[in-house]
This record gives sequence, structure tokens and C-alpha cells, in this order.
Amino acid sequence: MAWIRDIFAPKQRQWEDFYRNRWQYDKIVRSTHGVNCTGSCSWNVYVKSGIVTWELQALDYPTISKEIPPHEPRGCQRGISCSWYLYSPLRVKHPYMRGALIDLWRKARQAFPNDPVAAWQSIVSDPESRKRYQSARGKGGFRRSSWAEVNELMAAANIHTVKRHGSDRIVGFSPIPAMSMVSYASGARFLQLMGGVALSFYDWYCDLPPASPEIWGEQTDVAESADWFHSKFVAVVGSNVLMTRTPDAHFLVEARHRGAKVVVFSPDFSMASKIADEWVPIHQGQDGAFWMAVTHVILKEFYCNKQVPYFIDYVKKYSDAPFLVTLSKDKDGNYVPGRLLRASQLEATRQMENAEWKMLMLDSATGKLVAPRGTIGHRWQTRKGEWNLKLEDSITGERFDPRLFLTQPRAEICSHLKASAELAKEAAGKAAPEPVGAPATGGATTVVDDVVPVKFADFSEGTSDKVLVRNVPVMAVDTVDGPVMVTTVLELLLSQYGVARGLDGDYPYNCDDESLPYTPAWQEKFTGVSAGLVENFARQWARTAERSKGQCSVIIGAGANHWYHNNLIYRAAIMPLILCGCVGKNGGGLNHYVGQEKLAPQASWAPIAFATDWVAKARLQNAPSFHYIHSDQWRYDTNFNDICQVSGLGHGMASGHTADKQALAVRNGWLPCFPQFNRNNFDLVREAEEKGARSDEEIIQYVVERLKERTLKFSMEDPDNPESFPRVWYIWRGNAILSSAKGHEYFLKHYLGTHNNAIAEEAARDLVKEVTWHDKVELGKMDLIVDLNFRMDSSALYSDIILPAATHYEKHDLSTTDLHSFIHPFQPAVPPCWESKSDWDIFKGIAYATSEMSRQYLPEPLKDLVVSPLMHDTPDEIAQPTVKDWTKGECEPIPGKTMPNFKLVDRDYTKIYQKFISLGPNVRNNGLSVHGTHYDVADYYDKYMLGNPTETWDGHEYPSLKEAKDVCELILLLAAETNGEMAYRAFEAESRKTGIDHTHLAADVRSVHFTFDDLKAQPRRYLTTPYWTGITNNERTYSAYCQNVEEEIPWRTLTGRQHMYLDHEVYRAFGEHVPTHKPRPDVNLTRDLVKSSPDGASIVLNYVTPHGKWHIHSTFGDNLRMKTLSRGIYPIWLNDKDADLIGIEDNDWVEAYNDHGVVCTRVIVSARIPRGMAFIYHSPERTLSVPKSKERGMRRAGGHNSLTRTRLKPIFMIGGYGQFSYGFNYWGPQGVNRDTFVRVKKMTDKPEF
Amino acid sequence: MDIRAQVSMVFHLDKCIGCHTCSVACKNTWTDRPGAEYMWWNNVETKPGTGFPTLWEDQEHYKGGWKLNEKSRKLELRSQGKVDAFLKLFYNPNQPGLEDYYEPWTYKYADLFDAPEGDDQPTAIPVSQITGEPVEIKAGPNWDDDLSGSTIYAENDINLDELSEDEREQLFEIERVSMMYLPRICNHCANPSCVAACPSGAIYKRGEDGIVLINQDVCKGWRACVSACPYKKIYYNWKTGKSEKCILCYPKLETGQPPNCFQSCVGRIRYLGVLLFDADRVPDAMTVPDHALVESQRSVILDPFDPHIIELARANGISDEFIYAAQRSPVYKYVMKWKIALPLHVEYRTMPMLFYVPPLLPVMGKLDNGTYDNEVDGFFASLDKSRLPIKYLARLFSAGNEEILESVIKKLMAVRYYKRSMEIEDLDLVLISRMMREGNVTPQEAEEIYALTALPTVDERFVLPPLQREEAMSSPNLDPETCRGCSGFGCHDAPARGA
Repeated sequence: MAWIRDIFAPKQRQWEDFYRNRWQYDKIVRSTHGVNCTGSCSWNVYVKSGIVTWELQALDYPTISKEIPPHEPRGCQRGISCSWYLYSPLRVKHPYMRGALIDLWRKARQAFPNDPVAAWQSIVSDPESRKRYQSARGKGGFRRSSWAEVNELMAAANIHTVKRHGSDRIVGFSPIPAMSMVSYASGARFLQLMGGVALSFYDWYCDLPPASPEIWGEQTDVAESADWFHSKFVAVVGSNVLMTRTPDAHFLVEARHRGAKVVVFSPDFSMASKIADEWVPIHQGQDGAFWMAVTHVILKEFYCNKQVPYFIDYVKKYSDAPFLVTLSKDKDGNYVPGRLLRASQLEATRQMENAEWKMLMLDSATGKLVAPRGTIGHRWQTRKGEWNLKLEDSITGERFDPRLFLTQPRAEICSHLKASAELAKEAAGKAAPEPVGAPATGGATTVVDDVVPVKFADFSEGTSDKVLVRNVPVMAVDTVDGPVMVTTVLELLLSQYGVARGLDGDYPYNCDDESLPYTPAWQEKFTGVSAGLVENFARQWARTAERSKGQCSVIIGAGANHWYHNNLIYRAAIMPLILCGCVGKNGGGLNHYVGQEKLAPQASWAPIAFATDWVAKARLQNAPSFHYIHSDQWRYDTNFNDICQVSGLGHGMASGHTADKQALAVRNGWLPCFPQFNRNNFDLVREAEEKGARSDEEIIQYVVERLKERTLKFSMEDPDNPESFPRVWYIWRGNAILSSAKGHEYFLKHYLGTHNNAIAEEAARDLVKEVTWHDKVELGKMDLIVDLNFRMDSSALYSDIILPAATHYEKHDLSTTDLHSFIHPFQPAVPPCWESKSDWDIFKGIAYATSEMSRQYLPEPLKDLVVSPLMHDTPDEIAQPTVKDWTKGECEPIPGKTMPNFKLVDRDYTKIYQKFISLGPNVRNNGLSVHGTHYDVADYYDKYMLGNPTETWDGHEYPSLKEAKDVCELILLLAAETNGEMAYRAFEAESRKTGIDHTHLAADVRSVHFTFDDLKAQPRRYLTTPYWTGITNNERTYSAYCQNVEEEIPWRTLTGRQHMYLDHEVYRAFGEHVPTHKPRPDVNLTRDLVKSSPDGASIVLNYVTPHGKWHIHSTFGDNLRMKTLSRGIYPIWLNDKDADLIGIEDNDWVEAYNDHGVVCTRVIVSARIPRGMAFIYHSPERTLSVPKSKERGMRRAGGHNSLTRTRLKPIFMIGGYGQFSYGFNYWGPQGVNRDTFVRVKKMTDKPEF
Repeated sequence: MDIRAQVSMVFHLDKCIGCHTCSVACKNTWTDRPGAEYMWWNNVETKPGTGFPTLWEDQEHYKGGWKLNEKSRKLELRSQGKVDAFLKLFYNPNQPGLEDYYEPWTYKYADLFDAPEGDDQPTAIPVSQITGEPVEIKAGPNWDDDLSGSTIYAENDINLDELSEDEREQLFEIERVSMMYLPRICNHCANPSCVAACPSGAIYKRGEDGIVLINQDVCKGWRACVSACPYKKIYYNWKTGKSEKCILCYPKLETGQPPNCFQSCVGRIRYLGVLLFDADRVPDAMTVPDHALVESQRSVILDPFDPHIIELARANGISDEFIYAAQRSPVYKYVMKWKIALPLHVEYRTMPMLFYVPPLLPVMGKLDNGTYDNEVDGFFASLDKSRLPIKYLARLFSAGNEEILESVIKKLMAVRYYKRSMEIEDLDLVLISRMMREGNVTPQEAEEIYALTALPTVDERFVLPPLQREEAMSSPNLDPETCRGCSGFGCHDAPARGA
């Protein structure tokens, strides 16, 4: 080379050891992070000189198939910053206690030297001392304590609460178990052994998509990200895959290179938009309108103008499209859609078991009404084996072809559709004429090809009273109550979507008709997107689905799910998936990713987590209702009709105050209610016994009587009575006081009793009718708040006691996710640093302290009455065909039927610890079950004890749960997903239910069993089981509902099919029985800015908190690495022109405020953000760089949830009806948060800290 | 002909998801120590944007790289001439200062534990990592992240200079607002201006793999290299007084592992492999006019399958194993076989050995009475309607030569259309064959490009050179046998503060 000399000479290069020495390390340990990111990535943690120095991704995932990209590497910028925490100044190294409390405690202990419970009582029952430490919450003054001291205090508080208020005042919150399931189980198990309450998370985080239970009867089931690679057309909706699905994003990018088209819908030019073929800057929260119009086009062009055999066959078998809907005549002579026609309504079929829960179709060949197999009535009938999707008459067993259309599909001429005439000709030629019905057996006669005018509500103008009348083809059916008009679900939907098919009524004249829903032209005013774009999209979508047999998918997320009307947005987007046969296909379906909810080995984990191995019933509370009621946010709320349009049917559930609806939901057994009553539960049982109740039944009857006469109330009917307060709150693995706390400032006010920045006025006083109103409420409901944490986050900062928890690199645990199908371990790379302990060991310690102390205070076993709602996947879900309120005399209060279930259990507080560390006998004796499918494990339980640790006490031996690693081992041993023999047994059980042999799915893996050591060596891909709906055999990627489609297993819904029509009376009352569009509420309706008055230099913006780039919720966002790569703060993003309006430049300080609270931060200005919106990426901490707010009297400003409040949509409160039955994290209203408005203004003064 | 082997890199920008995992992987291992806080050997920039250090591409200001002396047709360092080289050791106005990077900060985290009880909540304020004093944070290593459409940052991207006024304005409107990511490490150039600028002779290219290193024992901290590097990938350690830079994780390469930023690349955009090149021709190849530079650089890179080249390479001491690695090199495929990976700012004439596959961006939009539509003229995005104009990408990757960039984009698009038609046959075959003709790609080549883009395993992305360390350890007073027993003993001393 002319001038440069390469150096080879070793001598000159000895200095190179400088960097080589840095790279040298002593050990690599495989672990992962449990932060609810859905990543579940396998990491190598590097240890050098006994210190964790850095981490890098593992590259050794097993290959699924050579045809798809490999999984390596998984792991993102946030996960790789985790090692920072271990030795950082933010690390919680020792137990801490609030100084004010530690002083009170130590003083009280001196006053009561032998009586810690009396000491605790003296503090919490004295208003002055109570106020002293409560008002100090969040205001510094932490002091180091010791494990002995905090354990004693917590034990005393636990026992005091049990004795004085009842155990159901002890509540715990920890999010999403799958991310570290043993750590979750630690606290949950302790609480259930105590008789305490676990709060849900998936619904509270607003990660639960209620459309999933609505349509599929499933909490959530989605494709793993590798399955995206099979998609040929991907719509990304409200999901920022590149930002929030970091380790998965490559599959989407790589799918593009295989020829998939990607369309990203996002109001901002998001990271995901960067890889789109088309970016659609749709207006926020209005995606539903777009998808309604897409379905309009698909129904018109692919169902009427022509018909696609693949689509038709699919909806006949796998959707409710062919089921018959009854129509009833209204006062004005028009018809309204009602319930699905039931077997109980016909003379011929009304004697069938569960006839009221079997729905009917029409046989296209004979014109007879048929009760097909697979409905919920078949699911819960005595004779098993008829619950399947075979299109067979469940009486005769004969196959039949259901009729979809009551009219001939008629071609329409859509003026700008060039091909329509052609298509019409083609359709007319191909579609075999459907025969006109003949009289059916059993006396029911049918008259076909009639039409009646049917009313459809149009909410799109934000009002409830606009009604369209459209003719719908019908036939009359003779029922036991006389003739009833019916139509098919598909015909009803065609009319709802405005596809005229030659019928009269308020139908749009064509796609250009912008005046009537749901045409492409109509949607423009909501979405800002042109009609032409909708039409192109819909056609490309449907053609791709037709060609690929359903390989179109929607990746959807929080950007759609966090709105009040999220279910409508989702349903609108799911319709084209069902109609084009995309659900249950590899490369197709709805892929909702918000939260790491998929805990794969559920069957073996759940009894450990909720202690049902010892206690038959757990106390599981839906957190949104709990926080709405107990943090008193309902007091500031008005009637929900302000923001929710409903139909004109005038149902009691469809108007009024949300708190009253909640009260009804609790009474009717729809939703859980903890604390249970406005009385101590133990006192209540004791009183019943004193009044002569001998048996469990008599005790229950006594309680029911008190409820009936209303001398006893559910706590949520009288939440501000101090006897109804929750008292002790354990928080672990989460940031419950800020990150997830919609209405954070109300938490500070009502739970904590400390300073807050909310200025909203109470509004419910004259509106609530069924919830007791107290003019004055006691602030600071919680006696004690305990936070387990490895870092000082906002929740730790506001807690009374902080317990030093092990990090992700210091404990044993397991992790699974829905984004891939591997299970892998957490392992300690180093022992827990300083005085920290694993969550398992911390709760084991609390259990020990509580048990020991109970010998003095609670030496005898107690009877505890556990109340629980009507549950999904049990016969409870056929309990309530109609809504009746026993307090109004509409029915008798019957536990498990018209009201919640009641069950008595025994509590022995001296045995809490021993039970905690032993796998109880219920697992051995009762086996395991999920979704009502059960398998035996007794042989494995017994065999395990031969070579593994056991616990022996009171003369019995049990598998030991003392060490977290043992818990992992037992989960792996007994779960169907990790033990092939269990999978086989589960499929045997499933086969008995369906009458179809499914065991071939596990026949080859019966000898497979993953141990913890196997996972240490390499992540393992878990097995196909009936508890999840995908099939991963034969190198397949996991996609939801493939088992339903291929194995003919029904969905766990009313009809057993995917539900496009929801016939519950409350759905009809809300006008949501059919997919529809309700626009998002404007600023005035939200009442966010009633008292936050206008200011000349401020601007009102819609405020949203999308998941961010530099944090997973609040974790990682506070570490120096992420803070440095972002802007050193949690900024607010504004559009450049909006910023100009109020004189704001990039990096200026601003205040964002509303009636709920205030945030002070710096601004980022970009044209990437749409006008009228402000983003603060979820989720900041209040701990870093937060100035004081001038707007709120120079007090410390808050975090993102200072600006939100809890708003519940009561439609999700119903229960006891098919898929609308309670399940923990499955059903119930969610903590929506995007319908929020703020004012933003510049901070003119230098910020003060 | 003087054949050398170079460990070279490809970054596939269409696959980059902008996550910065690479940056942190590097930071954790190499620059997480006093004096190195502000160093980001690997960083990721949002484009259009001003990058790190701010506006580093502005060589009018920073004077990095080589310039062509029009008279002599020779290359000269832009940063220093024979005359001012000595003076600039003491005062160099073109050297980036802390204000061009950022003042590294941390927070008073301990206050959260230690704050005495007050009447309000404590908060941890930011303080300088250098002085410990409270700081106002006004800059950072990734300050304009995701800031497409920023009137302060994106607008000042100097690569936008060529755009028309209309095109520039559109970048801040819904029709064209856009962004892409540009991850950057040291390019380990074949014609490195840093090596030429070092007055101490501390910087060298390793003979066996071409990695550019600064000898920490020899460096005197003059910082001439900091100025001379046009990519601003050399950083001065304020604690040791020496300059440091990306070492391509040679301790990992030497043990058969990919560098940290490659291993941790979650977008799977990074490829690493050996290129053979003719060192004799390097400086001259960099003296051609701007628009010919890409071709000129390609002409220096040699065909590892050519028997004549193999023979000369062997003669130059390159092992058969190494040659075999060069034949399997994914970099060779992208750069030479398919010609879809291009050097960044080749006009700096340092002959960077890191190449980028440009991204395919979404189609432009149009507004009609406030209603949005896309400018669709095909099933996927198109060349003419891409949100970022070709002109802009050409400024980055082909010294302004738009033809080269167009040919790359056409090929990338043709592969996608081809794959789509193979998968579900819903596109016009006549159109597809025309696109493949225009994109100069055969079905077989399209399959190969697809496979290496979408399906590669770790071993296919990183074809690591077999660095035979026993040879590197052999010298009169050092041998592998001794090393085996002795290496690692003794306490390690950090380099002492230099000049």
C-alpha cells in the first residue's frame, strides 16, 4: 500500500490485551427479564469477579423450521440495560420504612412489649397517628429497617386486619404472571392462604381486548410473531411494532421481503410506519369507522356482487353467520333484532336438554330448522361428545348445509365499480339457487322471501336517537309462543352495514354516499382517510385472503385498545378477518399484543399461585371495578351516558351512573366484590352460627337472608363506610401507584391520604341511586402499603415499607409469552445483592412471621365464607338467560344462579407457612384443569416425592415448594405444555367433550418432559395442548384457533362459533349487538377540564400515553442508559404547528394539566405528531427530574397517570351468559385512558425542584 | 497487486428498526467508565437529522476525511496540511468540543432514599458526570431520535441541500414526513484519514483483518485523528488523555464470536465477512470524481473465486481458510455480486469498509380537501413516490450518483414483487418480468437475495474469519506455548495519561 503499513508484529501489539482483558469473564448464566414486555427473551448474563458486568442475547433458540427466520437474537435496548440496576444508586439494598411510621411503631412496641398486634392497632385506630404517617407518604424520610422488624410489623398488620375487619381487606397487586410466574405466585399464594384478595391486571392495564371474549370466548389468543412471516397482507393498527415489539419486529420486516404487503394505521408517523408500504395517518381512536367501511366493501363486492366459495364455506362452519335471529315488532311497526332463536322456542326441540341454550340454523336443502352441534347447551349437557363444529343436526346426527341468505344475493351497481356488472353476471351464474323452505318437522312452518323494516341505530353523530329503518329479508317461524320473524345473522349484518342488495329502506345509494353508514365515503369525516383508500384496501385484502386461503392478519394494540369504545374498534377490524376466512389460519387472524398474558403452563401454575392446592376457592377481584369504587373515582364521575351512546330500548343497564351498574353487577354475581361485605366476614359466619346455623348451607342461607333484607350489603354498595375499606396492600413486580394507576392522584387522596393535585369536584351525589352516598369520606383508606422492589420507583417512594427484592439476575423463575412458543428460565447469576431476597423468599418470610404470630392471636381454625361470581367455563355461564335483580323482587336470590356463589372454607392461620411451602393434596386428589378440561396427576405427584425435596408435617408428606426452583420443577412436571403425558391426558379429556379424537396432537410427545435443567441448557418449545388453540406440531408456527378450525373444536361461546352478533339484552340495549361505530367523546363530555380554566397561552389537546421506546412501562426508563439515549427526561411530544400556537420551542418546559392533576416536563416538537394531540410515552416515574407546578400551587408535579381517571364501560359488567361470564383477567370493564384531554402551556419561570 | 483481507460489514437499513440495542451492547462492554461516558462507538441516527456529534457530516466545519487536490490529483487531509499540522496540535478550531457532543449526566438518585421528610415529594435532579454540579440537559448522544419532521434537527440535515424548496417543505407535512435509521460504527476504512493524521503513529490497521486500532500505549492524545475522521468515530478520553474508538470487538472476533453490536442486532440487519482488496490501488481509486467513487471502490475489491487472485493472496500470506471465508462472505454478495450495498459518504474518500443497503420507505401521500390518500402506483411502494427522495439517499450512499441508487432500489423492489408472485400469484406477470429486467435480477438471484435478507441464521450473517491467534503470538520473545500458561497473570494497568 502506498503510504499505510499494516501492523502484524506481535510485539507492537501486546497492548491489545488492554481490551482483551475487559472481554474476559468468569461465567455466563442464562436468565431473562420479567417486565411485561412480551419479549421473554433469553439472555446470557456475564459475571466477572463475582459482579454482573453486562448481558448479551442468547443465540441458541431451537429452530422451528428452515422455512422461517430464526428467532435469534431476541432482546432489546431496554433489556440490555438491566445490568445497570444491580449496583446502581437506585437499587433498594435493605428493608426501608417511612420514618414517621418507624417512630410510631417502635414507640408502640415499647408500649405493648408482648403484643405487636395491639401495638399496630394502637397506631391505625388513633386518628392522629394514622394521619401522621399517612400524610407523610411520598415525602421522603425513609429509614433503614431490618427484616425482623418489618416482618413483625407486617405480621401484626395482617393479623389485626383479619381480626378487626376480615381477611378480605388484605389485597395484593402484581401484574401479569407469565413474565415471572413463580414471583407472581409468591404473593398471590400467600394472600389466598390468608383469605386475602388478588387484584387483576390485564383488564386494569387495559391490555385485555374485550372483543376477544365477546367474539371468541377467549381472554386472548394470538399468533406468535414468527407466524407473521406467513402473512401475505398485514394491517398494523394502533400498534407500533418496531417500538414496542422490538425482538419480534424482524419477522414483520422479513415477511415484507417474502412479498407481504404491510399497511400501518397510525395518527403519527411512528417507527412502524417506516417499514410500511402504505402509511395511513388515520385520526386517533377512529379506526373503527375505517374498518366498518372495509367490511361494507367486502360484504358488497365479495358476498353480494360475487361469492367466494372459500369465504362462504368458512362462515357457515366457523361463524354465527347462519344462525337465526329473532325480530320483534316495535310500537311503531318496525322490527328490532332480538335473541338468537333457541331450541326451547320450538315445539319439536324444546324438550332437548339445555334447550334454552341451543341456537338454530336453517337447512338449505330441506328448509328445516336445525339445532346444530357445538353450542353452549351441548357443552354443558349431560351427554358428552356433541360439543363440536361438525355441521350436523344434533338430534338426527345428519349432516346439513346451513342457509346463509334468505334472499338471492343480488348484484348491485356501484357507480364507480367498473367490474361490478361483470361480477354480477358471474355471481348469478355460479351461485346455486337456494331452495325456498318447505315446512319443517315438528310443526314449525317457514314462510320465506318476505321482508320487514328493521331499526338500526346510527350513533355516528354522537347521539343516541338517530335510527335508520332498513328492510331485511325474513321468514316467519312458528314457535311455542306463536309466529316469530327471524333472519340469519349474515342477512342482518348486510343490512347493518348498509349493503342494500336491492332492498328498500335507509340504505346508502352506493359507496359514494357519505350521508349514511357505513360506506367508504361516510367514514372520511371520522378518519380523515379517503374513500378510495378504503376501497383499494378492502379489495386487496379480500383478494389476498381468497388467493392465500386466509393469510391476512391484523396486528393490533394499545393504540386501539385503550379507547373507551375499544371493543367496537376491535370488532370492526375482526369482521373482515372472519368474513374472509382468516381466523385459525397460519399467517392470518387478529394478533393483539398488549401485555404478556400468556402463561403457558397454566394448569399446574394456577393451583400453586392461588393456593387452590389447599383452599378450594380463591378471592380474585377485577381491579378496574375495585379501583373505580374504592379509590372513590366514582364520586367524581357523572352518568356514563354522557360519553356512551345507547339504543332506545330503555334497559336499566343502559343508563345511569356507572357505580350503580357496578352494584348491580356485584349483586347479580356478574363481577367479584372484595372486600365482600360492609361487615367482617368472620364475624358474619360466627353470628350465623350463634343464630343456630349448623351446616354450610345454613350459614350461607343466613347470609343470603341478611342480604335480601338489605341489612347486609356488598362493600361496593357502600364503599365509603370505613367497614368496607381495603386496609393492607401488598405490591410486587409492578408499579401500582403510578404506572398503571388510572386516576393516580385519586389514589394518593383516597387510598394514601397524602397530598395530591386533583381539583375535580364531586359529581355523583345526586346521580347514584344504589350506592350509599356519604357527604364526607375518610381519606387514607389503606392502613399499610408494602412494596417489594429492586429499584426506588414511584410506588416504592409512596409506600410505607419497601422490601428489597432480587433482580431478574438473582432468582429462579420461569417465563413465557404469546410472542413465541418457548419457555425459559430465570437463574441467579449472582446471589441476591445486599439484603435483597427473591419474591418467593420474601413472602415465605412474611408467611412464617404471620403463622408464628398467629399461634398467639388466631390459634383455632376459622370458617370463612368466600363469595365468587358466576364463572366462565363452568355451568354458571348458562345461569342467567335474562337480567333480573333480586333486590327489586324480580327473582329470588339464589346463590350461583341469580346471585354470586358462596362457599365456606377453613382457615388455619397457624399453618400458613407450612401450606405455603407444601404442594397441597387437592392437586393430587382432584387433578388439574383449565377451561373445564381436566386431567389426573396423582401418579406424577406421588412419583415426584420419591426423588425430590418434600415437606412432612402433621403426619403427611408433600412435595416441597420451599425453594423457587422446586416450584419451577413442579410446574414443569405437571403442566401439559411441558410434559407430553399430561398433554396426552388433556387431549383425551377434550376428546370426550367433543366426540372427536384429538390425541394424535400429543401422541408423539408422551415421553417428553422438560426439567429446569433442560431449560438452563436451551429454551424449549412447549407442546400443543387443548388449553391453547394453536398447533405447533410439524414445524408449524403458532397461530390462534387452528385447533378450532382443523379439529372442529368449538369456541367457548354461546353458539360455539365466532360471534359477529351478540344477542345479550344489554348488548341490544347499548346498540352493540351488531358491529357499529361510536365516535370518541369530545373534551366537554369527558369533563376533564371543568375547573382547569382556559388560559390565553394554553392549548387543549387529546392526551395519549403510547408504549414507549426507552422503557417497558416504568422499568428501564429510569436507568442512566435509557435516560441518556432519550432526552434525560420523560418528555411530552407536540406537533410543530400546535407548539407555535403557544410559543413553545423544542426542549422548552411545559405544564400539562387538567382537573385530575398536572405534569411538568420538557417538550419535543415534531411534525411527526399529528395536530391536536400530545403524547407522553408510557410510563414515566415521578422520581426523576420533576419540577414543581405553578398551576397547582408550587407542589411537585405528577406522572402520566396524574392526568387520567378510571372510566368503566358498564356493558362489560354483565355475566352469567355464555362468554359473558366472569373470568379473572378475562372479562369485565378495563382501565381505558385515551379519551383524555389536557391543557398545555409553557412554563415561563425557571423550573424549581 | 498487494492483496489484503479486510473484515467488512453490511448494514441492511430496510431491516433496521431503530432500537439502539447495538449501542447499549457496545456501551456496556467498552465505554461504561470514567472518561468514556460520552463515547458511543456505536450509535444510531434518525435521518433526516443532524446526528452525533451534531452535524458531523458538515465537513466544511469539521474538515474530516480527504480532499482531492485538483492540480496534483492527489489526496490531502482536509483537517491538516503540512504547514498547520503542528500548530493544530495545540489549537484546532475544527475539533468537536463537548458542546458538539453533550455533557454526560446522571441523577442524584440517592436523594430518593436519603431525603429527610419534607412537605413535598423528593425528586432526583440531573447532575453532570464530569463536575457533579446540577445540569440543564440540552443535548445527548441521540437527541433527535425519531424526530422526523423536526424543524430544528431534520431540517438542518445537510444531505437535504439538493432538495427543491417544495420537497423540503413537504418533509414537514403529512405527504412526505418520514424517517429512517442509520446505525454507525467505525468504518475500518481501507484509506483511513485518522491513521494518516496521527502525529504519534499510534493508529494502525491490523494486518490480518484490517481492523483500525489506536495503540493505547503510544497514543499521546493529540486528537488529530478526532478531526481527521470524517465520521467522527474517534473519541478523546478525558480521563486517560488518550483517544479511543470502535475496535470491532477484536477479542470476540479472535475467539470466533461476532462483535457485540452485531450479536445484539435484533433487526438482524448486520452482516460481517471478509473482503479481499488490492491495497496498491486504494489511494488512486479514491481520486476519481465523486460520481464515480462507488464504482471505483468496487474495482478495488477482488473476486475471491478468481484463481489468479487466490494465488496472489496466498503469496501475500493469506491462508486458505481466510480465502474460503472470503468466498462465503455475505458482504461480498451484497457489495459485489448483487451490488445493493453502498458505502456511506464515499466522497470522504476514506474507502469505508462498511456498506449499507438503502431502505424502502412508504409511498407519499396526497391531501384533497383535508382527506388523505396514498400516491399508490403499484402494489408496493414505488421508486418515484417514495417519501424520501432518491436525491437524498444518493447524497448519503453514492456521493450523489442517483443512477446507482435507483438501480439498487429497483433491484430490491423487483425481489419483493417476484417473491409475492411466487407466493400467491396475484400480480401481473408481465409487470413482474419487466421489473426484474429493470432491476437486473434473475429469479435465482432474487431467491438468493431473499434468503440472505429474510432467513439468515447467525452463521450465515456472520461468516467470521478464522483468526489464527497462535501465529499472531509468535515472535522471538513470545510464543503460544508460553502464552498458554502465562496469559492473564498479573495486575492490569490502565494506560497512563498521555501527553
